Amino acid sequence: MSANISHHIPPEIMAAYAAGSLPHAFSLVVATHVSMCEDCRAELAAQETVGGVVLETLDSAEVSAGLKADVLSMLDDPVPPEPAPAKRSGVYPGPVMEALKGKPPRWKALGGGVKQCVLTGEGGSVSRLLWIPPGKPVPDHGHNGLELTLVLQGGFSDETGHFEVGDVEVATDDLDHVPTADPGAPCICLAATDAPLKFNSFLPRLLQPLFGI
Amino acid sequence: MTDKTPTDGFSEQTVWMLAIRDQRDKAAFGKLFDHYAPRLKGFIIRAGAPRAQAEDVVQDVMLTVWRKAHLFDPTRAQVSSWIYQIARNRQIDVIRKEARPMPEALKAEDEGDMEPDAGQVMALEQETDQLRAALDKLAPAQREMIERAYLGELSHSEIREATGLPLGTIKSRIRLGLERLRHELKDLRQE
Repeated sequence: MSANISHHIPPEIMAAYAAGSLPHAFSLVVATHVSMCEDCRAELAAQETVGGVVLETLDSAEVSAGLKADVLSMLDDPVPPEPAPAKRSGVYPGPVMEALKGKPPRWKALGGGVKQCVLTGEGGSVSRLLWIPPGKPVPDHGHNGLELTLVLQGGFSDETGHFEVGDVEVATDDLDHVPTADPGAPCICLAATDAPLKFNSFLPRLLQPLFGI
Repeated sequence: MTDKTPTDGFSEQTVWMLAIRDQRDKAAFGKLFDHYAPRLKGFIIRAGAPRAQAEDVVQDVMLTVWRKAHLFDPTRAQVSSWIYQIARNRQIDVIRKEARPMPEALKAEDEGDMEPDAGQVMALEQETDQLRAALDKLAPAQREMIERAYLGELSHSEIREATGLPLGTIKSRIRLGLERLRHELKDLRQE
């Protein structure tokens, strides 16, 4: 599948993901893209290798005398069962299914035939699925800061290029773009944006998804 | 899998980790603990955890290492980078109260059937040694920025500005090595 992917996660975003400093919604896009792209799985492993070297060489701190014995005494304790991670379903890779809690998306109309399903809104960033009819544009939208858009089905084009399944578009607030879905099948994307903070002061959080995107 | 993997020429951390994975060797775990627990504590405090919580996180991370040892694959990750990932996940969990979204596992990770290719393991160890040497040669200010980036103290845009990388060349060698391996693993991907 990754053979045709030509738009990848930039290294600094991968480093921030590996280091845990990337906001939640963007981390969801990175984890989903890595699930689809062997090149970026390798880039992530390289970033984690640097992280490991930092861990290995940073100043250490003495641990208290009893800690080792405590840990050793717990090795044979029963392990609390962990739920298995959600499996890929149709065009939705595992991390998206995890965010959907294993259920199909519940679409809400956005106008112009476009639909959305908000997935997460934690930590100042929002992730959503977008469903765009063939040949139609995504309604005009402003975003503060970073926007990552990953194609899961179909494709779209805008001023910066053409994006197909697995491709990620990285847009910053200086990009005023009008993505238009390819003719043929509907385009389904996973998109992450910084939360529209200016709405926070006077709109309940639950209403935000109703306003623009 | 109980056969002992030939480990000539592997780093001691890798040898310990394979003994933990394949023989559930508690003495090897003790050595791994002595090596990593103080490093983890230093790392976790630097990364912003309250001192009182730091040892709880060290304990959780080391227990996870023991419990998830079957997922360790020395051809794909150094012990240090594997533990780094576990520590980052745990810290995000504790500090931000959220779970970091994780990529789908490759099939090999699920099944724990990983006969390590000694050549691949050594190549990764050598490249990691070179990466470490490259880090050691950095000017203190650059080194500090790299540490801050991988401790999670910098945003992605700060990382882009800060790490105009002398590290880039060596990191891309590791990346290419892992990419080759990735292509071999491609067929193992979950459907």
